[in-house]
Amino acid sequence: MELRELTSLVGVSGNEDEVRRAIMRELEAMGVSYETDTMGNIIARKGDKGPRLMVDAHMDEVGLIIVHIEKSGFLRFYPIGVPAAVLPSKRVLVGKDKVPGVIGAKAIHLQERRERDSVIPVDQLTIDIGAKSKEEAERKVKVGDYAVFDTEYEELSPGIIKAKALDDRVGCALLLELLKEPWENVQVYAVFSTQEELGIRGAKVASYRVNPDMGIALEGTVCADIPGTDPEGYATQIGKGAVLSVMDRGTITHKGMLNQLVKLATENQIPFQYREATSGGNDAMAIHQARAGCPVAAISVPCRYIHSPFSVMSMADFEAARKLLIAFVKSVEGGFRP
Amino acid sequence: MSNLSFNVKEFLKKASMAYGVSGHEFYNAASVVEEAMTGLVDEIRRDPLHNIIGYRKGDGEGPRPKVMLAGHMDEIGLLVKKIEERGFLRVTGIGVDPRVLPGHEVIVYGRRPLTGLVGVKPPHLIAPENAMKAQKMEDLFIDLGLPEEEVRKLVRVGDVVTYKRQVTELQGDVLSGKSMDDRAGVGVILVCLDELRKYKVPADVYGVATTQEEVGLRGATVATYGIKPDIGIAIDVCHAETPGVPEWRTSQLGKGPAIATGGNIHPKVFQGLKKAAEELGIPVQTEVAPGPTGTDAWAMQVSGEGVATGLVSIPLRYMHTSVETLSVGDVEKAGRLLAKFIAACDEAFVKELTTWN
Repeated sequence: MELRELTSLVGVSGNEDEVRRAIMRELEAMGVSYETDTMGNIIARKGDKGPRLMVDAHMDEVGLIIVHIEKSGFLRFYPIGVPAAVLPSKRVLVGKDKVPGVIGAKAIHLQERRERDSVIPVDQLTIDIGAKSKEEAERKVKVGDYAVFDTEYEELSPGIIKAKALDDRVGCALLLELLKEPWENVQVYAVFSTQEELGIRGAKVASYRVNPDMGIALEGTVCADIPGTDPEGYATQIGKGAVLSVMDRGTITHKGMLNQLVKLATENQIPFQYREATSGGNDAMAIHQARAGCPVAAISVPCRYIHSPFSVMSMADFEAARKLLIAFVKSVEGGFRP
Repeated sequence: MSNLSFNVKEFLKKASMAYGVSGHEFYNAASVVEEAMTGLVDEIRRDPLHNIIGYRKGDGEGPRPKVMLAGHMDEIGLLVKKIEERGFLRVTGIGVDPRVLPGHEVIVYGRRPLTGLVGVKPPHLIAPENAMKAQKMEDLFIDLGLPEEEVRKLVRVGDVVTYKRQVTELQGDVLSGKSMDDRAGVGVILVCLDELRKYKVPADVYGVATTQEEVGLRGATVATYGIKPDIGIAIDVCHAETPGVPEWRTSQLGKGPAIATGGNIHPKVFQGLKKAAEELGIPVQTEVAPGPTGTDAWAMQVSGEGVATGLVSIPLRYMHTSVETLSVGDVEKAGRLLAKFIAACDEAFVKELTTWN
């Protein structure tokens, strides 16, 4: 499945339905067997001998959930992983039927000077679907519906794309690529997980079930190679290759796995960079601590502006991550053990 | 003149997407307006500040009074100030609230239109104590996703930048998009010109899409001087009810246009507009402006020996954002009531405007 399609699917943490269904259909078309669990994870499997390698990407994305409908018809919402700063003056799609709405902001003319120094807090924002009353709004949306930014996939220049939800549909795309390979002497457990953005919830139960010998998380990761940030604060850079984590808030990468990834990247001339930040975390932390624990690593693609309405990534970085992932799994087939 | 009724919703959808930041209306917005105005007036001309002036000759034998309608076609936006290392752009704003820009897509009108992104640092890398600090215009940048050499080939300092925003049809007749302020006012003028076919109109009517309103009513200033109207009506937008704004400071969306009163407004024009609405059964709201209305009416009133001015406003939410939201019905109603008012503007009425007893 192309990133264009994967990123257009709606799957805010807690309701990954649309993404899950599309991936299940894709797996069926590929002839890959899978199971689903109570959290809504998809656990696909390829290969039936050798070590159990869990490779994980999360299906969920950041977004909003409708919490209240006002008498006047305006919708109140909680953000899920979205900072307040990026909310005003954006177009969103609400609920399964994708009802269009806009997040307005008090006109600049009506603001007090002191208000302008601060980001507009979420409790001052509403979604306007044009309904004139609560009753009219309730014909279209209900409390508990999710909303996402209405962002179009676009190629900004050759190989540079803009889309919503690259965190972590880029991981889902890599995982589907991995499943195209004919694995035999490794048991690849490909987990498309849920609720990563709510605290690594899906991966926790999926990794218990899989009981892996080794784990890899695939991520669209932070990238701040932007004006106003010194190079030491970039974390990662677009176009500089696949990203390897040394440590983040939840995981210290297994040294043996990290060395193997660096070795393979060097041998195969795959561009890579280190994630020069320790904040944030990903599903690797859940796999790491599943049952009696197992060694883990993460392979990521740098994505600028994640957790905003759009993110930007380089297809060359995607390709580097893909090659490195496949080289690593091949090396496991060939006998590599951390 | 064609007999087809003017479709204001289609016009608004098209005009909202047109670009014409103050001082740069002639690239695109002016053409969209000119095209829509063709067939509704006898003559169209542009003046040196690029105002579009549509002239509709009165139906009676002279002397005919002159009525001027002004709706501004310029929009708020950004201009490229600097091209930085690695191709990022820095911008300066015309009327844009920097607080709505983070995470916003824009169009940079370089050698070709380019999608630009007002980027933000991911929250993972922002210190908690800075999370609620608003960014200033000078902190913001635009990412074109292009190599620096390419950016330097395609973009120049001074290039125009607008919000990138599709028009959204919300529930009912509610429309949301950029630049409704004040393409909606231009839409009202077009509805009015179309509607005037139903009447015998004693006055010459000048429908003017003005320029540079957002930077100081400059287009209206010169257009009014050139036309020397007896009566000048500005059509603009006013604040509609918005969560977090006291009710008494706003009008209501979908409850009819607002007619302004205050020092900027001639009391007899105000009364005439109210009367026209009443005769048509159109609901209207009253907007009180103690001093400057911040609209073209402010410039028109003191042009030459003075002009009797009125102001009709379309209630609109979220002014100066990319999701300016209005009711199409309010726009239609405003056009219809203006036509009714204009049809009553004869020599006798004009004479009354300078008679105070």
